[in-house]
Amino acid sequence: MSAEYDIAETLDVKGASCPMPVVKTKGAIDELAEGEVLEVLATDPGSMSDIDGWASGTAGVELVGQEEGDDVYKHYVRKTE
Amino acid sequence: MSTDTPAADGPDASADDPPSRAELAARIDELETALDEAAAEDDAKKMSIIATKGTLDMAYPPLILASTAAAFGYEVTVFHTFWGLDILHEERSKHLKLSSVGNPNMPVPNAVAALPGMDRVTTKLMEKRIADNDTATVQELLETSLDMGVEFQACQMTIDLMDYDEDDFYDGVTTGVGAATALQDMAEADIQLLV
Repeated sequence: MSAEYDIAETLDVKGASCPMPVVKTKGAIDELAEGEVLEVLATDPGSMSDIDGWASGTAGVELVGQEEGDDVYKHYVRKTE
Repeated sequence: MSTDTPAADGPDASADDPPSRAELAARIDELETALDEAAAEDDAKKMSIIATKGTLDMAYPPLILASTAAAFGYEVTVFHTFWGLDILHEERSKHLKLSSVGNPNMPVPNAVAALPGMDRVTTKLMEKRIADNDTATVQELLETSLDMGVEFQACQMTIDLMDYDEDDFYDGVTTGVGAATALQDMAEADIQLLV
């Protein structure tokens, strides 16, 4: 739930399909300060696996949560360095 | 082993005076710096793609992988040769085509697909699907990748062969490179792909 951490920024990539959710998430994370959390709103079902995979393979980010809502997939990514 | 910096207590230290504590400390600092530098270099993974195809469908795999790898922090080089060059060609990239001929997955029999004008129809259908699905266009993916620092290289031999001009390509595309450049990139890369 979003209450567990302060959301510094929300990125809306609803409608966009692969590879844009990951690519835009990367761009948005670059703008954040260390420790801040980015919320990503997507409609691409592949974003669940893709953002998880991207966060696992990328230095300086950590996936702190994912939610499957009504037609929207929410991802919470923390910038760790 | 260097003769002016004998090992501290190795059998080959011979009659030379053992290094002082300060010298050892300096040497450790030196080695730690070198190690940090080496680790930093190894940190960034590298991907090298050779893009040889210029049809609408085949323009996507190298661009999607390149932009995604850039999002992972990889250093990415895409070497475009033969028809793959059209993806980097500012004008031609907007008119990449798709043909049903020789593609049994397309819903058009080859005998019909070979008729004049059919490639245009097939291409229009695909472009409509791309738009309806909100899939990024080839230009969007290319420009996004360039912004993310992907290096796109246009094979000089093919530029000459196709009679293209270096100014025909998107800003930021590297020209004046050949197979040796691509090979060197592949040798240094963690991932190498031919598309």
